[in-house]
Order: sequence, then C-alpha cells, then structure tokens
Amino acid sequence: MAFRKETQIDGAVCVIRDADEKDLASVTDLHAYNTGQHKPDYWNETYHRYGDSNEGFFYVCEIDGTFAGFIIGEIRAWEFGSEPCGWVYTIGVNPEVRLKQVGTRLFETVSEQFSKAGVGQIRTMLHRKDNLNLSFFRSQGMMGGPYIELEMPLD
Amino acid sequence: MKLQKATYCALYSVLELARDPEVQLSATDIAEKYNISANHLAKVLRDLGRAGLVESVRGAGGGYRFSGNLKRTTLYDVIHLFEDVGGENERNRDAQADTDIGNALNLVLTEIDEIAIATLGSVTIGTLLKTMRWRTEREQREAQNA
Repeated sequence: MAFRKETQIDGAVCVIRDADEKDLASVTDLHAYNTGQHKPDYWNETYHRYGDSNEGFFYVCEIDGTFAGFIIGEIRAWEFGSEPCGWVYTIGVNPEVRLKQVGTRLFETVSEQFSKAGVGQIRTMLHRKDNLNLSFFRSQGMMGGPYIELEMPLD
Repeated sequence: MKLQKATYCALYSVLELARDPEVQLSATDIAEKYNISANHLAKVLRDLGRAGLVESVRGAGGGYRFSGNLKRTTLYDVIHLFEDVGGENERNRDAQADTDIGNALNLVLTEIDEIAIATLGSVTIGTLLKTMRWRTEREQREAQNA
C-alpha cells in the first residue's frame, strides 16, 4: 500500500508520500542544482531499486502540491560486528524551502519506518566538507558513531 | 582533544547565554556556576562581544546576553576566536614537511585535524542546546520507566 502522510508547515499542507516515476525529473533537477551533477540515468536506476520495490524507502515531500524535497533510505546489514541499521542513502531539499522543516519531516518519516522495521540505529555517510548536510543531520541528533570510513585509490 | 582555559570560558558563556537569549547574566553569575575567574571571564566576554556573539546590557539588572545566530553559529566559530583548531601553520612546525617521514606524519595529522574541524563546524549552538534537552528528556523517561 502506498505511503502518504499529510501534516502542516506554517499553514501550508505538507505531504510526504512514496515517490513515483513522475517525480524523477524533479529529483534529478534538484540533485543537479544542489551538486552540479545531472544524472537522469542514475536516478532512474535508483528509483527502480528503491521506489518501486521493497528494497527501501523513497519518499518525496510536497508543500501545497509543489515538490520540495526527497529522501531515500534502506535497511542495511553490516559486517564488523554491527547489527543491521537504517541507512539514509541521500536527502535533498529545494533551497527555496530550506529551514522550513522539510528535511526534518522527511528524516522523521524515514526514521519512523526504520523503527517499524525493527532497527535501533540510523546512519549515513557524508563528505567531511559537506557542512550543510553535516549540520542538518547533527541538528536531528546524529553524532559520529563508532565506525570510521576508510578508502584508497585503486591505481 | 584538549581546549585552552579561555576557550572553555567562551563556550560556557555562549552556551549559558544562548540557553535563554532573553536572559541577561553577569560575568560573576557565569564565573560562579563554572568555577572560573571572573576577571578572566570578563576579558573573554569582551572578545565575544567584539565577535558579535554576546552583547552587554547596561543598567539595573544588566549583564550579557547572547546576540549570535543560534542556527548559524557553530562551536568552531567560538573556539576559533581563541585558539587554532588544527591550523596548518602549527602542524608544519610539528613535523618537518620537507622530509618523507614528516610529510607522511602530516597526512595523518591533517586527517585528524579535518575531522575535528568538520565536527566542530557542523554543531551549531542551537543543535548542542537541543540535543542537551533531548538527552535530559530521554534520561527522565528512562528513570520513569525503571
């Protein structure tokens, strides 16, 4: 059954619902605006992985019927001693509605779904210079966890 | 990570005043609560005032109040006024960057510095106060359920 939740933000109607294929253009454009990367094929694949399957949660937020943001999350199993956790794959908010609780409502919604699925932790990974998103997730109560990301070039 | 005494004084003051931006507190009020020198704190408050994070209110019941932006001012903004957080100049003095070993050590130390800066730069005063409240509420719920 499709997910849909309606609340109010500053007198406007805030709807959070399952993404559908018609949202892909808005998601692609918003991601391109926020990151400078226009990746329609990537978002099409991502939609088919998370949006129209049971692999995860792909929600969009509309304010008074206008696309305002999106979030994608999934339950991930982990090695190295970690229990499965809720993973926030990405979040995007239209800059024109920033600081109006859109990101918070999306985050709360996906957190509720993780809780219902029985996991006790929510995680994400960001570039350490991505201050905007780091500040957002910290404002939701997230902190550095016990795992450290490591990487190296393969050349 | 260890901070200098003046930095702690600044953080105590900013957070105590930002807890309720309507409230005015004297240097003595804050000094007594955190067991720090009122004279030392007065100097720190002047520096915070110059940075626009606090303002002094004259007259009866006067003191200091928070004048920064709760959602924009980060811990890094406060700390950076009083000390260098992972500054490259300091790091270059620590390890000889013109040697292979010094260069390798600098890479590791820079990684630590960048994480510290990212952490402190992403925690706003508002976020810290909010998470303090959440923690208190959670502890109260747990105590009631125990």
